[in-house]
Amino acid sequence: MFKIGGRILKSRLFVGTGKLPDYSLIEKMYSEAKVEVFAVAVRRIGPNTKHTKNVLEYIPKDAITMVNTSGAMNHKEAVKIAQIGRELTSSDWVKVEIEKDTKYLFPDNYETLKACEILVKEGFKVFPYIYPDLNIAKELEQIGVEAVMPLGSPIGTNKGIGCEVLLKPIINEVKIPVIIDAGIGRPSHAAHAMELGADAVLINTAIATSSDPVKMAVAFSKAVEAGRLAFEVGLLKEYEYAQASSPLDEFIKG
Amino acid sequence: MMEYLKEALEVYSQYENYIPSFDEAREILIKEFLDKSDLVKLLNIEDERLIRIMAKKAKKLTEANFGKVIMLFAPLYISNFCQNGCTYCGFSNLKNCPRERLEREQMEIEMKSLKDEGIDSVIILTGEDRVNSDFEYIKSACSVAVDYFSEVSIEVYPLLENEYEELAKIGVVGITIYQETYQKDDYEKLHLFGPKKDYEFRLLTPERALKTGFHEACVGPLLGLSHPEKDAFCAILHAEYLMNKFPKAEISLSFPRFRDANTGFKPSYLVSDKEYIKFLLAARIYLPRVGIVISTRERAALRDALMDICITKMSAGSKTTVGGYATSKDEKLGQFEIDDSRSVSEIVNVIIQKGLRPEFTNWVKGVGKL
Ligand code: SF4
Repeated sequence: MFKIGGRILKSRLFVGTGKLPDYSLIEKMYSEAKVEVFAVAVRRIGPNTKHTKNVLEYIPKDAITMVNTSGAMNHKEAVKIAQIGRELTSSDWVKVEIEKDTKYLFPDNYETLKACEILVKEGFKVFPYIYPDLNIAKELEQIGVEAVMPLGSPIGTNKGIGCEVLLKPIINEVKIPVIIDAGIGRPSHAAHAMELGADAVLINTAIATSSDPVKMAVAFSKAVEAGRLAFEVGLLKEYEYAQASSPLDEFIKG
Repeated sequence: MMEYLKEALEVYSQYENYIPSFDEAREILIKEFLDKSDLVKLLNIEDERLIRIMAKKAKKLTEANFGKVIMLFAPLYISNFCQNGCTYCGFSNLKNCPRERLEREQMEIEMKSLKDEGIDSVIILTGEDRVNSDFEYIKSACSVAVDYFSEVSIEVYPLLENEYEELAKIGVVGITIYQETYQKDDYEKLHLFGPKKDYEFRLLTPERALKTGFHEACVGPLLGLSHPEKDAFCAILHAEYLMNKFPKAEISLSFPRFRDANTGFKPSYLVSDKEYIKFLLAARIYLPRVGIVISTRERAALRDALMDICITKMSAGSKTTVGGYATSKDEKLGQFEIDDSRSVSEIVNVIIQKGLRPEFTNWVKGVGKL
């Protein structure tokens, strides 16, 4: 159980929906992998047509919709997209995603900060997707966002926690939850993120593009639980050399 | 861009006839970042086994970057008046064909019938005629379209920067513009008269649009008009150039092959399926984040085979005639012949069967209007 955005959640696994082959998998992830938070790109929220249903119709009513501003090129667009998203979904959870470039999809921390300042004032529960930078994370904490979502590795790369040395200080220093977003390709990566002390992870590509997204979500959910449990117990330190064993102590002491 | 293209063509000429060995090609395919010479080598590959490996890599990259999603859109021809003498086009001024343009009411009828089909992303097309379809006309068509669709793009004659600015303000998000051929001498031979003769003005068009706040640009050659490998190479690098210069914009590539347009024009090169496929795969591998568009010019079976490998966007249920959606028109009057004439529903079914999700909505209506 943990508290975030004014809600108590059981699951620390958040899932992105943008790359899914079929939205009906959302309901199955909710029931089988117990995922409670689904990120939805506002740019993909379309009306029902004769071929497709609006993505929102697939999100279970007790789950949380986190609207995502992806596609926004600057803070103004992000704010507007968030406002439209809130109207469409009645959810005030917003993942602020403003990318610096479409090649690596690195978040633009500067524009993100500006968008968050406005959105917090407007009463949104703000979850900024950021490039792992402690200074920005602290500023965001100051202005009142609900959590920070630093990337683990560039989006879609499945490379795991490539930015560990940058993520650790953020996890240690900010008091608000840290959700590792992007780059997590395997359940073991997610477990790693949790062992480091992250509060949750958000997975998109690794689940959506697997051959069985629901089973993969279950795998991730278990890994997240395992990693969290280990973090709570406290991981044993790794030592460079074997520990001296007590029988020798006698002789060493002479 | 001119300088960039010149430098790129120098690399191209160094490797123009270089066919990499099986092992060398495999080495290239293992790399994470390819350079320009690698791209030429991939474009020269003939060994089918290597093309299959390319397809595997392309599929992985597409899924990682775009997920299991195919975006659907449709073109909407509003006018076929054209002052240009492009030797290969059904709307060319060289051709004596019935000319028409849709007025507002007719446009709305067309838009409604597209909307009824579920289409939510359109490209407004015209020929080039600043008298019969002047800028104000295009602008008014766009302002009607932004009320109907979440994503409105244009494929009209090259405009001026301030004109793009006006369109961006009313909510137009994308531009498609084909350079037709990047080989300047061939370009000049193929365009007999009219404003389109200005190669450079056309080449710099996507930049003018992206500067003003457009979100998307799609570029490409018309394969067959000139040396295909060379044109594919230049188009891929054009996309790369735009990605570097406008890192926030979404850049796509499209590689239409010449299709008969009842003009009697015979293209200098025929591009086989194998070559065509190789171009798309090379584009994906060289630029993992570039959008790749396939139009209804290609036949259904080929479109189906490529859709889960490297495609991100497809047109569906297209008509290339003016007013063709609401009233059935003789397809021979279109800009070119289409091959995949399946309905939107039929295409949607194939996409689903392929384990992909058809997507109609790609933009937030009204966000461009800032
Ligand atoms: S290709 Fe375009 S500019 Fe050329 S004749 Fe056809 S419609 Fe006109």
